[in-house]
Amino acid sequence: MTLLGENHITEEGQFVINMGPQHPATHGVLHLKIWLDGETIKKIEPHLGYIHRSIEKMCESLTYRQYIYTTSRMDYLSAHMNNQACALAVEKGLQIEASPRAQAIRVILAELTRLASHQLWWAATGLDLGGVTPFFYAFREREAINNILEETCGTRLTQNFVVPGGIMYDIHPNFQNHVKQVIKQIKDNFHEYDEILTGNVIFQNRLQGVGYISKEDAISYGCTGPTARASGVSCDIRKQFPYDGYDKIQFDEIIATGGDCWARYEVRMAEMLQSVHIIEQLIDNIPEGDFQTKTKAVLKLPKGEFYQRVETARGELGVYLVSDGAATPYRCKFRSPGFSNLSAIPHMAKEAKIGDLMAIMATVDLVIPDIDR
Amino acid sequence: MFLKDYFGTIFKSVKSLLTGMKLTGYYFTHLKEIVTEEYPDNRATLKMADRFRGEVIMPHNDNNEHRCTGCQACELACPNGTIKIITKQETLPDGKKKKRIDTFVYRLDMCTFCNLCIVACPSDAIVMGHKFEHSVYDKKQLKKILNNPDSKLMEGVEE
Amino acid sequence: MHLWLRAAISSDLLLLVTEMVIIGVSLIVFLVLLCFFLGWMERKVAAFMEIRLGPNRVGPMGSMQIVADTVKLLFKEGLTPNASDKFLFNLAPGIMVVTSMLAVAPIAFAKNFQIWDVNIGVLYVSSISSMAVIGILMAGWSSSNKYSLIGAMRSGAQIVSYELSIGLSLISIVILSGSLQLSEIVESQANGWWLFKGHIPVIISFVIFVIASTAEINRAPFDLTEAEQELTGGFHTEYSGMKFAMFLLSEYINLFIVSAIAATIFLGGWMPLHIGTWASFNHIMDFIPSSIWFLGKTFFIIFIIMQFRWTFPRLRIDQLLNLEWKYLLPISMVNIIIVTAMAIFGWHF
Repeated sequence: MTLLGENHITEEGQFVINMGPQHPATHGVLHLKIWLDGETIKKIEPHLGYIHRSIEKMCESLTYRQYIYTTSRMDYLSAHMNNQACALAVEKGLQIEASPRAQAIRVILAELTRLASHQLWWAATGLDLGGVTPFFYAFREREAINNILEETCGTRLTQNFVVPGGIMYDIHPNFQNHVKQVIKQIKDNFHEYDEILTGNVIFQNRLQGVGYISKEDAISYGCTGPTARASGVSCDIRKQFPYDGYDKIQFDEIIATGGDCWARYEVRMAEMLQSVHIIEQLIDNIPEGDFQTKTKAVLKLPKGEFYQRVETARGELGVYLVSDGAATPYRCKFRSPGFSNLSAIPHMAKEAKIGDLMAIMATVDLVIPDIDR
Repeated sequence: MFLKDYFGTIFKSVKSLLTGMKLTGYYFTHLKEIVTEEYPDNRATLKMADRFRGEVIMPHNDNNEHRCTGCQACELACPNGTIKIITKQETLPDGKKKKRIDTFVYRLDMCTFCNLCIVACPSDAIVMGHKFEHSVYDKKQLKKILNNPDSKLMEGVEE
Repeated sequence: MHLWLRAAISSDLLLLVTEMVIIGVSLIVFLVLLCFFLGWMERKVAAFMEIRLGPNRVGPMGSMQIVADTVKLLFKEGLTPNASDKFLFNLAPGIMVVTSMLAVAPIAFAKNFQIWDVNIGVLYVSSISSMAVIGILMAGWSSSNKYSLIGAMRSGAQIVSYELSIGLSLISIVILSGSLQLSEIVESQANGWWLFKGHIPVIISFVIFVIASTAEINRAPFDLTEAEQELTGGFHTEYSGMKFAMFLLSEYINLFIVSAIAATIFLGGWMPLHIGTWASFNHIMDFIPSSIWFLGKTFFIIFIIMQFRWTFPRLRIDQLLNLEWKYLLPISMVNIIIVTAMAIFGWHF
């Protein structure tokens, strides 16, 4: 077999490898075409479409109650936040607002989901850099969170617990106790995260100074979420466009200025503690009242366009609905955080080593079904 | 100065590595911390959460009566076409003709467990069951008929 | 045994051949069984560190799981890629196993129990172990797979560099004991292991040896040649079935060998633990069979190397070379000077 040619070795002597769609570190069916000079990455071309399920088109044939469940399958790690965004968009169209009780429960569940998502991210970051053990320590806490979600929502991953106008059921009687237990467990075990990964010199060297992206570049690539906040961009939707009562909650927007993988790592680690802080404020103060606002049996949005953004664990998720007055959306478009963050990866990974690419992909926290939808 | 930095780095690195090894060593020697659930062995004690969504079931009482009126609200609410209700006309003892369900077809292979049918049901005829071991060798077995043979509508549901 | 065979077989040549065959077969059986045990041990160690149970279905405590895996690998089709260099592709696993098995020869398993007490044992072991890189390069090149090629090239750089540190740390004990013969090195530790006798410099060379040998046998955190998350398996990406199992076999044999060498050179091989003037304590220690001492020390080091793997993330290729050329090598060079001074002035115990 000759190795010369477009797809093997270029005329400049660059080595072309196809990373994915089946590759252990791409966390799904992402396909990266990489031009290498030795171990150094010269160019990356992401190829998408392996897990395209045409969710947006599907939503056009589903009613406003039904289309929420499909979004759980986009960013499956922040399924609750996706559902929340969809419900909020419909609520915007109907000009209703969820009751304070529903809002508080939504926020608690969203923060629990964020914690679970960040824990999976932490676990996968360790795994991508070759440390297998952290994976199991993070999953121990993640399982506890999933058990709570299962108890109240009925499912562990794709909750579909949010309905336009509130939530599907009231919380389970044990909800508050169990959340408090999990919060305590996470706080007690958080030092282990520092001992096995954060403080480890090998891990620090793998992340520090790798995958730098400046503030300006982060903005121009449309990065959001922890990826952008690590470059110093203030972009937390929960602070800037508060929804579901986030404006009444005390919490900090975590911003780092490093712009490298280490900054992204630190932002996410600090966000976990902020989520714990938010849940602690709310868990004993869930307002009394209805968990669901009365809505008509068949929801019909007035003619017009509605946009709602939500801060998921990965960044800004936008739901854009165009209604022609019927019971189903005329057009539905999701602005997913993963897609924009992925577009910055070729920029971040320029002149990096192959090993660095793993660190970059891990810290950007890609979820492929979110990119492809 | 250079030597101080050099050996400082080494000292700090070794210390950080030993911290990690201490943690793994701790778990190696404390086997009671193991969190593994031995699933098929713990079937007897395994209890699913109250609201766990395993499958859609239609509870029947002792007289083989269910609560489904055949209103098809669940069929409309289902995003995937999982539920299909076939109705029939039935003559009641007082001579009135009424719509009754003939078969309630539930396709487990198409269900995403979104719970929308349960929420939509006005008479609480269907609920989520806790069974989760659904694997079968033939996918035809995933097409289920939820109402028992010769079952009737419970008295007083229709009012 | 020699005498017993002597009585049965008259011809000298035939005697030699018979002896060799017996030793060779028993060695292979021993090493395969050892690899079964190490495979089981690694899974259990990993599981307990990761708060899991590990294999627990096949056999008591899952001990037969590895046997079941071997049977599965035996029945699996051994694919040879069309575009590969088929001769080298099939030869590479054999070379890997043979080179690792060769290095077992001079190791003293117990008192007076040694296959080949060659007078340049240390030199022999370090030269044989450096040949493993040929097998890896061969496998990586002949697979005609880009990931395999990158993995093989990495291993070339890695093994060649880390050999230096291994050699230098071994030399420090050679200087102290004044011999290259493994049996003599063990004898020289009758009154105390070098790790205790040799003060801090020997401890430093012991640590360097353990780190560098972990890199030499391509185990995490230095498993850049395999680097599952980066290269999907590195040099053995294209291997399947029994050929893949051979790589696994050679990995575990290598693990055993470096631990056995470390135990022999630094921890006194089969020598029991003796503490200065505690006569009764020393006497009790002598009652423990020498093979238990040797295996105990070996498995202690194996456990440490396994703990490395299940605790640390992987290094990057440039960091790997930095660690060798900027830290391990200079330190071991300075260390050698100190050890030489110690040996000349008799500062050790």
